[in-house]
Amino acid sequence: MENNDNKGYRGAALSILNKFDVSVWNDVEIETTDGVFSGIVLPRSETADDRHIVLKLITGYNIGIEVDTIQGFTSYGSKEAHYKIPEKEFPYDPIKPNVVLLGTGGTIASRLDYRTGAVIPAFSPGELYGAVPELADVCNLKTIKLYGVFSENITPEHWAGTAKAIKREVENGAQGIVIGHGTDTMHYTAAALSFMIRQTPVPIVMVGSQRSSDRPSSDAALNLINATWTAGYSDIAEVLVCMFGPTSDEYALLHRGTRVRKMHSSYRSTFRTIGDTPVARLANGEIHMIKNDLRKRCPKTPLEIDTVFDDRIAIVYYYPNMKPDIIDSLVDNGYKGIVIAGTGLGHVNKPLYPSLKRAIKEGVHIYMTVETLWGYVQMYVYDTGRDIMELGVVPGANMLPEVAYVKLGWVLGHTHDREKVAEMMLTPYAGEITEREAVDGYLIMQGGLPEMEKFLKEVHV
Amino acid sequence: MNTTPDPDNFNPRKEGFRCGLEIHQQILTEKKLFCHCPAGIYSEDYDAQVLRHMRPTLSELGEYDGTALMEFKTHKEIIYRINKKLTCTYEMDDNPPFLINQQAVDIAIEIALLLKCSIVGELHVIRKQYLDGSIPAGFQRTAIIGVNGWIPYKDKKISIIQLALEEDACREISDVGHRRIYATDRLAMPLIEVVTGPDMLDPQEAYEVGVQLGRLLRTTGKIRRGIGSVRQDVNVSVNGGTRIEIKGVPQLPLIPDLVFYEAFRQYSLLNLRDKLAERGINKENLQTARFDLSGKLENSALADLPDDENKVSALLIKEMSGLFAHRLGSNRNFADDVRGRIRVIACLEHYPFMLHTDDQSETTISGTDKDILKSVTGMTDNDLVVVVWGPPGDVETALNEVEIRVREAIEIIPNETRQRQPSGETDFERILPGADRMYPDTDSPPLPISRERVDKIRGQMPVLPWVKEAEYKELDLPNHLAWMLAISSRRTIFDRLVSDNKVEPVLAAVVLLEQLKNFSRLGGNLDIISDDCLDELFSAYKKGAFVKEGFRMLIEECALTGNTDWVNLAEKLNIRRVKKEEINKIISESIDTAREELFCKPENLPKVVIGIVMDKLRGSVSGKELIELIQHELNE
Repeated sequence: MENNDNKGYRGAALSILNKFDVSVWNDVEIETTDGVFSGIVLPRSETADDRHIVLKLITGYNIGIEVDTIQGFTSYGSKEAHYKIPEKEFPYDPIKPNVVLLGTGGTIASRLDYRTGAVIPAFSPGELYGAVPELADVCNLKTIKLYGVFSENITPEHWAGTAKAIKREVENGAQGIVIGHGTDTMHYTAAALSFMIRQTPVPIVMVGSQRSSDRPSSDAALNLINATWTAGYSDIAEVLVCMFGPTSDEYALLHRGTRVRKMHSSYRSTFRTIGDTPVARLANGEIHMIKNDLRKRCPKTPLEIDTVFDDRIAIVYYYPNMKPDIIDSLVDNGYKGIVIAGTGLGHVNKPLYPSLKRAIKEGVHIYMTVETLWGYVQMYVYDTGRDIMELGVVPGANMLPEVAYVKLGWVLGHTHDREKVAEMMLTPYAGEITEREAVDGYLIMQGGLPEMEKFLKEVHV
Repeated sequence: MNTTPDPDNFNPRKEGFRCGLEIHQQILTEKKLFCHCPAGIYSEDYDAQVLRHMRPTLSELGEYDGTALMEFKTHKEIIYRINKKLTCTYEMDDNPPFLINQQAVDIAIEIALLLKCSIVGELHVIRKQYLDGSIPAGFQRTAIIGVNGWIPYKDKKISIIQLALEEDACREISDVGHRRIYATDRLAMPLIEVVTGPDMLDPQEAYEVGVQLGRLLRTTGKIRRGIGSVRQDVNVSVNGGTRIEIKGVPQLPLIPDLVFYEAFRQYSLLNLRDKLAERGINKENLQTARFDLSGKLENSALADLPDDENKVSALLIKEMSGLFAHRLGSNRNFADDVRGRIRVIACLEHYPFMLHTDDQSETTISGTDKDILKSVTGMTDNDLVVVVWGPPGDVETALNEVEIRVREAIEIIPNETRQRQPSGETDFERILPGADRMYPDTDSPPLPISRERVDKIRGQMPVLPWVKEAEYKELDLPNHLAWMLAISSRRTIFDRLVSDNKVEPVLAAVVLLEQLKNFSRLGGNLDIISDDCLDELFSAYKKGAFVKEGFRMLIEECALTGNTDWVNLAEKLNIRRVKKEEINKIISESIDTAREELFCKPENLPKVVIGIVMDKLRGSVSGKELIELIQHELNE
């Protein structure tokens, strides 16, 4: 009998299940050449091989049985369990601020299906309240699931859609906005919202998590608590990222949406402000401002959005011996804007010059940023830089490459006029370019130094 | 009216005693299980500290696990001390796992095969939640290698439910108040967990099966030795009782007492339940009330306690008089069980944090304080009052917990894990976690275990210790030597010496086990005693370079000098094969010397002659043989 319920099984594994008329969730005893195994047949990951059947033993462990060793099955019925997070009604308290949480996906909005190991979305207010009951001590929370995508799949349409949703919710009375987002591209979205939301009366706080909330050591709860607090109570009316400061469960840092970057593939403290200090530090409902040049909360300010975007743009990360065809292929494929992350102060090799010249001649806007991330583009220091500027490549000051990329798309959504584009690109709209770099803007401390050894030992990192 | 049980009259077997073991044994790998940190190095030196809290997560049934809730109630701040040479960002849960250590997988398969387990076709890494903070991730990565094995014990089979390969947890440095500190050196070192069925029917069996399993593990030569490298969890129940897990027993000889008293505790708690029923106390009609006593007591131990940041509270429990003194062990009563629980859950540390009116000693609630208690709480002679002292929030938690524990006593023996106390009994550790805390590790791919891999390991497995022991007894080795040799790393060379070189079995065993132990005791470096080196020693012996009496001196000399040129050493020590005529000549010369030069008295003569002869022939002839020859010569 053909059985269509055998999720994830294929080939030899599916054949043997069908042969013995066994399906996923059956409680079985499998006789094999290696002995007898008892348990419940679990679904199998679709990317796994077709040589094994997965069993959950009564002790809670999972094991795989090799298909070729199987001699027979005895089935004792079926024990399917549907995993569901309990819904508890989120309490309303008239004296607490109303915060809206917009979900776009990512780790913060997901939980593990305990049976299969699959990651499933969890985002209703009831679910969140069930998992993080402390949120009710902070605010009245309304949650809206905008999208459910891993952050690598976020597009400019998601950025515009999110900006529109924020406008709608703020106009409906939200006193703060929290956006749950996958961390991988959170800084792109943070930059996009910084440009697309021209002014806001309330805080707009992006948050994510590096460890999913089914893990006891998850950072999700603390990040959510800190983000909702910032949205509900802080005086900052800008787009911010709120994530762990250190890897310890101690405090969150608030970062400006245009100066923040994910800097470690897995650390909790992965988000860092580049080329400046973070905006503030936050713990247990107390905020300590670090910067004071932020726009203040003002209920009378109308929220204005400007969500145009031209997505014919690319980032080129320069490497030695780069061939001109890289640039040519972008031009040939109709790209209208290129952000180069150049070496040092903003350089590329000579063989690229003709291609850059041709690109600009054909109307492509090219902006230079630095792959060092910290520091300004400065193309006057060496002849190389002067030559490249001569070609029409524009230095992008200290914009981060990703931020310049998002900004270029947004600017090109407004105009393709070369001078207009340059004027907009070099005008700071949301702190993406700073006039000066303070001495505490570049701090990458190195281990092994006595002062750092002392710091590590005495402070919770 | 039923009488309180007495441990002296308690027969565990009669009360349906059942016991199972979980043996956690570190295995000998170069690196940790899921990262590339070195395994087996311990140090409390640290370079950095990380602070975390553990949050309970919802189970698949949408409920919080009992342990999880308990740990959350304690509001512990967990500090991890990190030595950067021994711990990386993986152990700190700031980096995903690397692929599982294949050396560890091979060792685990070998042990699973020795335990006659069925080996899984594919290894699935699972997360097992621990909310106490002993693992920074909040879960341990663990994987089943084999199931359904057995080992022989006396005339029965002890079932092996499963063998798992897992990472070790942190070492606790301190746990004071709301702050627990862990060292992370041991964290993530590979260990195997062997789980037996509840097949041991008395405390002695539990011990002996533990020994049997330990011997099997040692046979592989691939386990870590030394303090902390092996820990036993012991599960105990009696008829009508519940499965209680005693955690982390470091040595097997501690087991019989621990399991005996745990069985007794369960038996006596069942008796307490009956007493409560006799008094008509049930969950519906249990009456309690709480009172603030801060600043009200005058002359008991509590009167002098600092009260600026602390609080004294009382819980009145109606009709409960006498039952906190109900005996649960050789020197423990129900109040001790309650106290253990609130110490852990409410984090009360400073004694005396809990007093009660069943305690008759004068150092507790005395004199006028008794009257004060009576007037404040309105207690009668049938009632009991529990007094708790500490920070206000913790006192609140403590009183809740006292009440919960009393309610449990009415119905059940709570599922919990217990820890060993120096007295040989146990105290509350935590609520027993459920199977809900297991879920797949999405960070690790399934690992197919090919049958070729299993067969290859099977082909190189050591012979089981009990099989080997029986073989050695066949060779007429004394029992103690057969027992030791069966798990000795010198087994292989022993077998070769006896079968190929035709060395006498007892001689080989004595040299390999006892004399090499002596070698080590004298400060000799066992690294220089390779199998080849031992081959040379025994072939020199077989070629007649020295007699068997010479082994001892040669090995002692080698320990002191490090010289393993046995022929050269034998010459240097003047130990050689001596002809009968030469021995007789030396004896008669020595008798002459003793008589004529030393003017020896006849009664001292044998002793003196033996001394002279031994100086000349030590190591070349057996002492026993010499004495006989000397006696014979003197008699003539």
